[in-house]
Amino acid sequence: MLAPIIHYLPLTTIRRQRVLPANGRVLVHAGQKVSPTDVIAETSLTPQHALLEVYRALGLLPSQVDQYIQAKMGDRVNKGDVIAGPVGVLSRVVHAPQDGKIVAIGEGQVLMELDSPAYQLRAGLAGTVVDLVPERGAVIETTGVLVQGVWGNDQADKSLLSVLSHSPEDGLTAAQLDVSQRGAVVLSGVCPNEAALQAAIDLPLRGLILGSMPSRLIPLAFKAPFPIILIEGFGRMPMNQVAYTLLSTNEQREVIVNSLACDRASGLRPEVVIPLPTGSPIPPPPETETFAPGQTVLIRRGGNAGQAGTLVSVKSEKTLFPSGVRASAGVVNLENGEHVTIPLANLEVIA
Amino acid sequence: MAPSNSTPESLLAVDIGSAHTRAMLFDIAADRYMFVAQGRSPSTAAAPFRDISEGLRLAIEELQKITGRVLIGKDERLILPSQPDGSGVDALVSTISAGPAVSIVAAGLLDDLSLESARRLAGTTYARIAESIGINDRRKTEVQIDAIIQAKPDVVIVAGGIESGATRSIGRILEVIGLASYLIPAARRPVLLYAGNQQMAQKVKSQFGQMQTVRIAPNLRPDFDHEDLGPAHASLSEIVQKVRAGQMGGAADLISLSNGHSYPTATAFGRMIRFLSKVYDSNKGVLGVDLGATSTVIAAANDGRLSVSVQTPLGIGEGLAGITGKVDPLEILQWMAAPASPDDILDYLHQKITCPGSLPTSPEEQGIEQAVVRAVLRQALKNLPASTAGLPIAHGDRLATPFEPIIAAGAALAGAPTPSQCALMILDGLQPIGVTTLVADPNSLAAALGAAARLNPVLPVQVLESGAFQNLGTVISPVSGAPTGAPILHARLVYADETETQLDITQGSLNALPLERGKTARLFLEPIGRTDPGIGRSSRGVKITGGVLGVIIDGRGRPIRLPADHSQRQETLQKWLWAISS
Repeated sequence: MLAPIIHYLPLTTIRRQRVLPANGRVLVHAGQKVSPTDVIAETSLTPQHALLEVYRALGLLPSQVDQYIQAKMGDRVNKGDVIAGPVGVLSRVVHAPQDGKIVAIGEGQVLMELDSPAYQLRAGLAGTVVDLVPERGAVIETTGVLVQGVWGNDQADKSLLSVLSHSPEDGLTAAQLDVSQRGAVVLSGVCPNEAALQAAIDLPLRGLILGSMPSRLIPLAFKAPFPIILIEGFGRMPMNQVAYTLLSTNEQREVIVNSLACDRASGLRPEVVIPLPTGSPIPPPPETETFAPGQTVLIRRGGNAGQAGTLVSVKSEKTLFPSGVRASAGVVNLENGEHVTIPLANLEVIA
Repeated sequence: MAPSNSTPESLLAVDIGSAHTRAMLFDIAADRYMFVAQGRSPSTAAAPFRDISEGLRLAIEELQKITGRVLIGKDERLILPSQPDGSGVDALVSTISAGPAVSIVAAGLLDDLSLESARRLAGTTYARIAESIGINDRRKTEVQIDAIIQAKPDVVIVAGGIESGATRSIGRILEVIGLASYLIPAARRPVLLYAGNQQMAQKVKSQFGQMQTVRIAPNLRPDFDHEDLGPAHASLSEIVQKVRAGQMGGAADLISLSNGHSYPTATAFGRMIRFLSKVYDSNKGVLGVDLGATSTVIAAANDGRLSVSVQTPLGIGEGLAGITGKVDPLEILQWMAAPASPDDILDYLHQKITCPGSLPTSPEEQGIEQAVVRAVLRQALKNLPASTAGLPIAHGDRLATPFEPIIAAGAALAGAPTPSQCALMILDGLQPIGVTTLVADPNSLAAALGAAARLNPVLPVQVLESGAFQNLGTVISPVSGAPTGAPILHARLVYADETETQLDITQGSLNALPLERGKTARLFLEPIGRTDPGIGRSSRGVKITGGVLGVIIDGRGRPIRLPADHSQRQETLQKWLWAISS
């Protein structure tokens, strides 16, 4: 059976394609070094137009206007430029209401595309541009630690990692967040309440990596001016030991937190990257796997949710669970030596 | 009825869902079509594959393993048609529900007439209405143009103008759409589906045809009082399949191989419900509910008239986004026997969205999951328009009219661990009235049969008759204003051998009378006081057929009221489950 993959890797090549949602201008070149907040491409996502009813303004019939229109298709015009006219003794004219471009002329009307603020695509990763996607963006590559999450509040930033928990199940408290944490990326097991999250926002931090938080904090998390990533999800689940160890052993290193919203269609997941140099090239991690004994897996649901273990076997017959569900399952050896049978649908392969 | 020589004998139906891809094999055994088996695999429409082919191959491989029949040749292609050595299949049909919601701009004249019809048409498929433009829209022309461009539409539906009526207003709407389409890069221009005054059809075709793909469908509202979405729904379904072909790797090949028999899953499901409305000699209409991971489909048909509503996102996986923020967690909690807090419910919903394919392993988790199913069903009814195709379906969050039967599909509903759990979810979620039969489709065959019906009309009939669907039982839902615990009905079930079972029904109770699956008996109901038994009073009783749960008499009233006290509620829920457990 095909297995979903989550990446918790101590050293790997991370290659990410960053593209605009619509065609635009790419601002970087191959080989260029970028930081997470660098703008790599931009476009006009919300084009605004102005329809100028020239015939009305000039007091003519639509069929009489063509000869008075001075602007041509494709012309760039600045605010105040004469688009049409002069007409009559009063020399009536039509001016461009804003800077922009003429995109259509006909039936006594002129349609302008107005200049509007550009949507800027940020790199989201510190690394090197290894490829360009014409008119859309670039592929950025780096090496280092990679830890993916399941939920993010859609921001990106980087700073030094500060570990505020002694174990993956420790809760973040407002008291821990003093001025010494300002500007840091903080790692903690669980954010149990609004007070702790509000304290993080008040400082503010530059990033927050958590095992879990109650879902009622989602609206507040979206107000935070920094990226927040959940490694496990919602409720009070401790961070799994594999991810926690990878992150907590890199305290005081610079970490990049890209808390993208999960998008199954495109495969985008929120992630933490800790750039580390390598002597020799490392192949990127696999993107597809089928379940097989020996794999390290993460349990996503049920009483053992958030625990990692080794897949001992994949059962050939479907297993009946106490819920009454009959499903394909595997036996997982947990870190405490306990063997548990878990539906394959509740497992992710750590790779 | 035996299959004719010209119709294909074996048929492979594949369904590409957002979570799973399934391959279902139908073939002839003892001169009749049967459902043979199905193979299943996780869908691969999304990353990292971004191509449905891998999931399809794995599903067919599993089907090969189960049946021992070779379906994929050495060239890695589906063997089509079947070969003398028994390998391959004679025909392929496909249904697709995977993929992002199709972005639609709905345009019409009056808000509550043609524009509403255009919106309803959009609601018959996996779509989101990204923008609406009407004649009473007060926004400036350029603002409307910008809104259309920003909607990034895959399809623009234009309705409006009664037949032979004035065309000037619809002309103004078309002007705005034309300008917006012109400003969208040619490769991304939406398909224009024109379903307005047919006097304009040729003009639309010639004006827009140079710029973008144009489809003309009959007027959605030929006159003020008459709405007909059917023909335009067929056109929209074809457009959606074309959009999918361009969106998902492998989809174009599958659609092409299906040779004109590829549909959005909801369309095929609707066709099956319409088909059943002709098969069942019922003046009540047939209702179908397909609860998926991302979308919920409600289809109702009466004597060939069909209403389909596709609600996205609304489902039991990523579609839970359709109830978060809309449904009070307390509404979900009320259906749970185990104690939990509103925060637990919210966390459950959000966690399931992050891991949509996960399964409940403990009875407690199953309890939450099934309570959530009830909430999703109620929300689906609440979202329905008051009436489409002249069929009033729901009143608020429960059914407005009796249906016979009610077909339930989708793994979380029809694939519940026990028939009684499935029946209770349907009864609590939809709250049917009158007399109905609950039918579960545990293998999710309905859409496949709907897709096969045009190619081979005999196949769905014979597969239905073969028992591939599970008759859960006949349900009688009397209505009474009596207080809880008061007697409302006396029921007497007389079996074929003249033996009988009698039962006094009290308000608030749920009961089952034993009647073996497929066996018939006569049911006599004596209402007490002002109870409406929902079934005609006849001295000869009413002939009913047993299902796996016998005959269910749901005396809980409408709406169903649960005790406010938690321990009483827990006891009541448990009692109801036991009452109909076979």
